[in-house]
Amino acid sequence: MEYDEEARLVRPYTLTRGRTRSGSAHLPLEALVRGVPGVTATPASPEHGRILALVSAQILSVVEVSAHLSLPLGVVRVLIGDLAGDGLVIVHTGSNPATQTPQAHLKVLESVLDGISAL
Amino acid sequence: MAFPRSDVAAPEAADAPPGTVAPVTVKIVVAGGFAVGKTTFIGSISDIEPLSTEAAMTEHSIGVDDAGGVSDRKTSTTVAMDFGRIALPGDLWLYLFGTPGQDRFHFMWDDLVKGAIGAVVLVDTDRLEACFDAVDYFESRQIPFVLAVNCFDGMAKHALEEVRDALAVRPETPVFYTDARSRAATKQALISLVTLAMQRMQA
Repeated sequence: MEYDEEARLVRPYTLTRGRTRSGSAHLPLEALVRGVPGVTATPASPEHGRILALVSAQILSVVEVSAHLSLPLGVVRVLIGDLAGDGLVIVHTGSNPATQTPQAHLKVLESVLDGISAL
Repeated sequence: MAFPRSDVAAPEAADAPPGTVAPVTVKIVVAGGFAVGKTTFIGSISDIEPLSTEAAMTEHSIGVDDAGGVSDRKTSTTVAMDFGRIALPGDLWLYLFGTPGQDRFHFMWDDLVKGAIGAVVLVDTDRLEACFDAVDYFESRQIPFVLAVNCFDGMAKHALEEVRDALAVRPETPVFYTDARSRAATKQALISLVTLAMQRMQA
């Protein structure tokens, strides 16, 4: 793993000011995050800024943001929660069977099966 | 097995404002013992080079300390987890998550399996015991899983029935050979799992 100087010098939970959960829902690892086009704001911290820059360039999952920025998942979840709370990013949660009708979930599975079969 | 085709992948796509439509994400968990080939399996089919993320977690452990007293302490641990991503037609993104090896990381697994289609358990027949843990985990939670016996050198060392007996899995659990390096074999393993998950839903 590569860390930049900043990440190595700062204890992860200092970045979240000791918080392990953000006000928003516990984000799934695969939830997709993207910057809101046209919205500019001064990020609350350099790490908020790094996340914002990354997801403004491309839509990425929570877990990809964590990997690309070498920040622990728990930290990234909290910081993305902050950004979403401030209206700077949009979070799209995945296809979760718990929040879908069985019929809708089955349709998603059909599409997955068709898609993998066609690879 | 034929299932009706579906063009419904992104249900919110139709009338969502521009710029707010996102791919629909789904995930499959790849489990098995340490060094069984999980990252190789993920890399054989992923669109992106497998990435690694770290989860720093605080574990609450209660044990007996050296002086014979009961200790109750929190320890911080870091777990690395590898994952990949495959874009499928219909704006679907399939994530493949490799589970951190040991059972003391089950707190991570709970996070991983939430909403997952199911799991591919990679089996190394030289170390069958390394996947007991994963099999127990998925069976007890009724999460669909398949057993993919990884043939490292292209040679099957054990008959599939021996593996099935040794792991005492239910008769309906698919058990098959795979080669984690092969895209075609990985694809078949994923097809087997998704088919099983659909059968479970339709049962």
